[in-house]
Amino acid sequence: MDEKRIIEKLNILADAAKYDVSCASSGSKRKNENKGLGNASNGICHTYTEDGRCVSLLKILLTNHCIFDCAYCVSRSSNDIKRAAFTVQEVVDLTINFYRRNYIEGLFLSSGIFKDADFTMERLVRVAKKLRTEHKFNGYIHLKSIPGASDELMREAGLYADRLSVNLEMPTEEGLKLLAPEKNRQDMIQPMGFLKNEIILRTEEKTLFKKAPIFAPAGQSTQVIVGATPETDHQVLHTANHFYKNFNLKRVYYSGYVPVISDKRLPDLHTSVPMVRENRLYQADWLMRFYGFQVNEIVNGQNPHLDLDIDPKLSWGLRNLHVFPIDINKADLQLILRVPGIGLQSAHKIVSARLFGRLNWDQLKKIGVALNRAKYFITCHSPQFEKRDLTGTAIKQYILSQSQSKYLKNSVTQLNLF
Amino acid sequence: MMTTLVYDGSFEGLLTAVFEIYEHKLQQVKIQKWEWLSTALFEDVIKIVTDQNRAGRVLQGLQQRLATASMQRLYAIHMAGFDGEDATIIGYIRYIFDSKINVEEDYGNKYVLRMAELLRMIRREKHRMEAFIRFQKLQDETFYSAIEPDFNVLPLLGKHFKNRYTDQKWIIYDMRRNYGLYYNLHELEFITLDFSTARPDNVISTYTEDEGLYQNLWKNYFNSVNIPARKNTKLHMRHIPKRYWRFLTEKI
Repeated sequence: MDEKRIIEKLNILADAAKYDVSCASSGSKRKNENKGLGNASNGICHTYTEDGRCVSLLKILLTNHCIFDCAYCVSRSSNDIKRAAFTVQEVVDLTINFYRRNYIEGLFLSSGIFKDADFTMERLVRVAKKLRTEHKFNGYIHLKSIPGASDELMREAGLYADRLSVNLEMPTEEGLKLLAPEKNRQDMIQPMGFLKNEIILRTEEKTLFKKAPIFAPAGQSTQVIVGATPETDHQVLHTANHFYKNFNLKRVYYSGYVPVISDKRLPDLHTSVPMVRENRLYQADWLMRFYGFQVNEIVNGQNPHLDLDIDPKLSWGLRNLHVFPIDINKADLQLILRVPGIGLQSAHKIVSARLFGRLNWDQLKKIGVALNRAKYFITCHSPQFEKRDLTGTAIKQYILSQSQSKYLKNSVTQLNLF
Repeated sequence: MMTTLVYDGSFEGLLTAVFEIYEHKLQQVKIQKWEWLSTALFEDVIKIVTDQNRAGRVLQGLQQRLATASMQRLYAIHMAGFDGEDATIIGYIRYIFDSKINVEEDYGNKYVLRMAELLRMIRREKHRMEAFIRFQKLQDETFYSAIEPDFNVLPLLGKHFKNRYTDQKWIIYDMRRNYGLYYNLHELEFITLDFSTARPDNVISTYTEDEGLYQNLWKNYFNSVNIPARKNTKLHMRHIPKRYWRFLTEKI
């Protein structure tokens, strides 16, 4: 193997793939039952980049040659950059050798479009097939499905991959038309629909026949770029909600747009990455998936954007003070989950612990409740009650004066707001 | 009156101490490992002699009150070797014995809560080891890794890595506690290595030929996936604290 060339290829093709934010390696259940290599189930982040993002998979493009010219993409055909392509065997060797040294949980393989969708997709599938059948590899494989690829190839991909994803790229069809006029939203939705049905079918089959092969056990995900086009958080979260509900997606990723190319349709090259907004979107996404919030409770016509200075649950709490205060020793779990400053784990601990006696502030703090926020919304087995007759604005001011957002130092735009 | 119990540091020793507490109806106790004992002149000190029979009776009592998984957690917390936390374990066991109902989830109780905290620390350390272990391939095809976990979690790592790497020989070595875990393609065993004869400059020569290449590729990969426009050093440091860096290929 030519060491210099392979290092160069890896640098080019990892660099081009890094804007894809998905790095999950959990949610599968592939066991090492064939005395082979690896098991996909744990979801371990093996390292973190200097920007603080998790590295769990070898995330690379098969090639950054591309026939398309999407405005937001570094690999766009009109961009003057170095091009490279891996062979199928090179990707397999890298994956196996990185996995054996415990650098990674598996492979995330995406690609520029070589010739057409099927030509490209066929190669991605071949990598996965080789890993599974020739190397008895049970690690995690995430394949990026190429929009427009045939159903037959998608079906084969599902047999070898743990997760499949098609990126929506832009939150709305208009956004996509503006920045990627050659791409078609329907081409992205069609494979998602196909996979959704196939997953349901295969899961039913699996309950009937234990020996039936597993099919994309970690499901589907997608990604939308935020901040390249003028969509509101309302539009972004409604899109996400639509795909969670109608396509059974496991995850929607929000990628704050990193300006990499100068183009008059795009934000200026010196625009900073909307990291706070991205973080708020993930918090809102969590509220929808784990805390029982409807999307309309988080954003709506009157509040189309998430607050940047406070988290979306606190924001909801302040708009709905009539629900509070609630008694921590009596309220339902569902309601406790809605208290700003109380997370999933603390909520469950509270409900377990109160069977043994009523809880006070001190105990709540030890359980892990963020009292600086929660104290305005709850009562407990203590005489003091913090809410008094404070207005939402006053509470917000108190909370903000006591805390410092961890993002403030990093975000110039955020500081300019004050 | 405060009584100080000193014991040999073993789990059976700790259980024997519990037996003594009940036998002599001791109320206020302190517990210390034998090696740490500093004799205070006016303190009442009992030296616990580990007794399999007494320890067994306490264990049996615990087994009647706790599920198997809870027993394993209790054992893991003791084995992890937290400084000064034996009092928590004793307090927890006494609370279990003194309660008529199952109090394992009474997080309002200070012992139950502290045990949950210790368990969380162990789990985090175990998880970090599962993430941060970096194997290097030696000439005899064994994959070798050195670690220095804050707590003694090596015994908890065997199952994970055995499931993952069934078809390769590997060693994980705890440099701080000077013992390791070896998987020989069939089973796990604990080992001790003698490093006094090995010279550091010689270690490289025991690697396979392509080891350097893959370490290099990994370092390059690590640098290529960074997005400078999103630099966030604080977050980076929180995820990979500096004390782990000297074992991480990409950070060396």
